[in-house]
Parts: sequence; C-alpha cells; structure tokens
Amino acid sequence: MSLLNQRLREVHHLLSRKELSVTELVDASFKRIAETEERIGAFLTLDEEGARKTARQLDEGSAEGAGLLYGLPVGIKDNIVTEGLRTTCASKFLANYNPIYDATVVTKLKEARTVTVGKLNMDEFAMGGSNENSAFHTTRNPWDTERVPGGSSGGSAAAVAAGQVYFALGSDTGGSIRQPAAYCGVVGLKPTYGLVSRFGLVAFASSLDQIGPITKNVEDAAFALQAIAGHDERDSTSANVEIPDYAAALTGEVKGMRIGVPKEYLGKGIDPKVKERVLEALKTFESLGAVWEEISLPHTEYAVATYYLLASSEASSNLARFDGVRYGVRADNPENLLDLYRRSRSEGFGNEVKRRIMLGTYALSSGYYDAYYKKAQQVRTLIKRDFDQAFEKYDLIIGPTAPTTAFRIGEQVNDPLTMYLNDICTIPVSLAGVPAISIPCGLADGLPVGLQIIGKPFDEASVLRAAHAFESHTDHHKLRPAL
Amino acid sequence: MSISVKDVEHVANLARLALTEAEKEQFAGQLSAILKYAEKLNELNTDGIEPTSHVLPLYNVMREDEVKPSLPHAKVMANAPEEEDGQFKVPSVLE
Repeated sequence: MSLLNQRLREVHHLLSRKELSVTELVDASFKRIAETEERIGAFLTLDEEGARKTARQLDEGSAEGAGLLYGLPVGIKDNIVTEGLRTTCASKFLANYNPIYDATVVTKLKEARTVTVGKLNMDEFAMGGSNENSAFHTTRNPWDTERVPGGSSGGSAAAVAAGQVYFALGSDTGGSIRQPAAYCGVVGLKPTYGLVSRFGLVAFASSLDQIGPITKNVEDAAFALQAIAGHDERDSTSANVEIPDYAAALTGEVKGMRIGVPKEYLGKGIDPKVKERVLEALKTFESLGAVWEEISLPHTEYAVATYYLLASSEASSNLARFDGVRYGVRADNPENLLDLYRRSRSEGFGNEVKRRIMLGTYALSSGYYDAYYKKAQQVRTLIKRDFDQAFEKYDLIIGPTAPTTAFRIGEQVNDPLTMYLNDICTIPVSLAGVPAISIPCGLADGLPVGLQIIGKPFDEASVLRAAHAFESHTDHHKLRPAL
Repeated sequence: MSISVKDVEHVANLARLALTEAEKEQFAGQLSAILKYAEKLNELNTDGIEPTSHVLPLYNVMREDEVKPSLPHAKVMANAPEEEDGQFKVPSVLE
C-alpha cells in the first residue's frame, strides 16, 4: 500500500523514529501527483521547490517532540491564504495574487511541521458544488473521471481520494467540505461555526464560512482538527471555548447513544440507493447499541431558499472589496473610477459569482431588504430551533450527506436551481452552525455514498466518536478508486 | 417576482458590474426563477421571530487599545495593479 494511504499513526511512527524521512514521504506525494494529476487536476498551484526545502529542513533537524502531523504532505484549498504562495480562489480576479501573510490555520499547520504541497482547486470564491465554476479547470472525480468531485472543496477531496496528499484543508459554507468528501469517498469535517479561525480565509458568507479537514479516516480527522481548532484574536467571530482531546473521544463506544434521523433527509429527491446505504449504516449503529428514531426537522424544505438569500447577500458585500485598486485584476484604460470598478469586476468574476452578487445585491437593495434578507434571517431562526429541539432529545442527527452520488460533468451546469438543491442535506446544518462529518458508507453503482453525522454545538467529540465507531466496524473507508 | 432587464441593469449598477446584453437577459431569467423559488419562505408566518445574523452568542468583541505591528508598507503594495510613491493609483476622481 502506498505511504499516502497508510494510517497517520503508522506513518508518524516511521517519521518520528527517522525510519522514513520527510523527503521520502514528500517524494511519494509528488510521484503520486505526477502519476494522477493529468487525469484529476486537483491542484491550481504546486510548490515542489518549497515543499522539498521544508522537507530537507525537517530532515536535518531533530524529530524530537514531533507532533502527529510532523512531516505530512498536505494540500490547502485555494481560498486560504499562504504567504508567498499564489492564492487565487479559482478566480481570474486573483490569478496572480501572492498573499503577504499566512492564514491562522496555515500558521498552525506550519507549527505542527506539515509540508504544504500546493493549493487546491475549487469553485470560484467557493460558490458551487461541482468545481465546474473554477475559472481555470474542472477537477475530476477519482472514482470516475467523467464525473464531478463535488464542491466547492472538490480539489481537496479529490487530492485526498487520489492519495496525492496526506490530508487537505477545505472550507464549508453550505456543504463545501462534506459534499465533495461524500462524492469522493473520503472523510470531511465541518466544525461548529467559530471553532476554527477564519483569519486568512477569503470571505464568502461570513455568518456561515468554516474551515475543516478532509482526510482518509476519522482518526486522522480528529488529529487534523486538533491542530487547527482554537480561539484566535484575529478572528472576532472565533469562539473562546476549551478544546478537548479529540483523539481521546474515539473510544469505539456508542452504546446508548440516541440518534435522530430526520424523515426530511430520506424523503423526496433522495436517490433510493443512497437511502439504502444510510439505512444499512443505521443498522450498524443499532448493532453497536445505539438507538435511532425517525424525527422531523420541519423547516428543512425552506433551508435552500434561506441559504441562497443569506449567503448571496453576504457575498455581495464581502466581494465588494475586489475593486481593482489594491490587488487583483484591473481593467485597461479606465475612463474614470466607476468604469475601473465595473470593468475590473466584470472581467475578473465568472458567471456564478456575478449571479450571486446580483442576487445578494437585489435582496439587500432598498425596498426588498425586509421581504428577502430579513425574512430569510427569521426563517434561519426557525431552522436553528428545529436543531435545538432535536438536540434536547438526541445526541446526534444522522442522514445522507448528499441526495445523490457524484453527477456527470456538464449535467447541471446550465441549471443553477437544480445545482443548489444538491445541498439540501448540508445547508440546514450550516444555517444552524452545528458540526457535522461526512464519512463513506458504501457505494451505489460504483460511486461513494456519504453518511452525515451531525452534533450539538462544539460537540465535535461525539460526532467523531460515532463516526470512528462506525468506521471501526465497517470497511467502507478502506475502498480506494482504481486510478 | 419577475425580474426585468431594467431591474438587472439597476442592480448591476449598485453591484458595480458591467454586464453584456446576453448576461442581462440570462440573469433576468435566472434571478426570476431563483426569487420565485425564494417566495416559498412566504408560506411561513415569521411575525415576532427574531432574525438570526449568526449563531454565536457574541456581541461586541473588544480588546485593549494597544499599538501592534502592522504589515510592512512595501509588502502591502506588492500586489497593487498600479502604484505611485507608495500609494495605490486610481484615475482622477475630480475633474
């Protein structure tokens, strides 16, 4: 088995005793990238020189006191800024943007002595669920290269599934970590809103954005989360909460755990084969001593509309900073300042980004604010209450991550509304701000199905515990695409 | 809610976007469809429901007013499309 597919603990054991050098591991990563990247296209920027230099420095130094992430080759979604390493958000607007500082999560990974291999493809400014909105190219699903990897963190999920990097960071606004993880058969964790600092994450929808890891198994997700979670005074929305030992929560014990299964997540629009895999997973939980019941989250059907109004409104405001003055694209020969703004933005932004800026600007505009934006904020309260009430009775909520498996490239590209409905099971969770993980729970017609495990605010430990218990009793996470 | 090309032009102006005629037509149709879908929210009575702007119980986050180092000026200018004397250059605003 390739080094990149081994469990983190095993590789750590080799690295920390210097039985394996960081350079050898980084070589393995670039070798795999060379073998597969032409077919997958997970990366927007590779930093082979920088990665090899970091590897050499680590090899020359002592491995004493090395944390679990020491020496691991990682990929970073391209909306997380990396000092001196091009960061584009998969947008033409930032095609030549070189950040002048590191995001807090990048600083934390550097402190943990990981090796950054490169920057991963995504939908432009994280707007999309297929990677088809990247201004540069569409990443392909390692399970079937005619299909999308999901999105927006599609490059992150594809790189991990293809064994190109050890793990990757993604960002999730309405499902952008969980849905691609499901489509690519890997583990994707969206932490509670506020658990991980967003300093240095290019903002899409600030009341929803959250950074999280994409890994090959649940234990690795716990280790990666441990490294990036925690309060940061540079992100005023970062929560000042105590961070537990996530790996210690992985006891394998779920006996007596109470699980609610929303009937809305298994109803209309859910592929019957996806539903079958989820029901099988619930049987596994039952056999481990957990109890599950059908519940209702009655406002689920309003979540997608609520999300698109709120996220687009916030995006229209956040993306106002791209004005062609301080960085990014600037139109040639502007007639005046207004012309400079308009043409720079129109040349720099792609179709979906323009569409959402337009929708958001409309929803926030005079005369429509109450009818759309405020209304959506009120419905968000109702959606959040659904979760609050369910969590009075249940420890976890479980359902599918996405209603279908990965769809074909081009299949939905001209139909934004259908595309938005792929996020029906992940969006309500984002609006409620609670943590959720997607883990592999089998295949449907040869394509991975994701199981979504949702927890109470800041109770990542229970989410990881249940996910790990499931994984320990099944082999779904060991399946790898034949690339 | 049906969005006309004229509405699209108004919103594009607010959003500082210059759209082509084809884009205006396309967005008028697509935004109409999305907003029609969003009208679903009107099925719900939200009288007296507090709006949620974000889920954390956070209000004003303050810190001591201490001077801390800023990013070096030269670095900040490094990505500027046009620069003069250490300042971002834009077309003249005053006639």
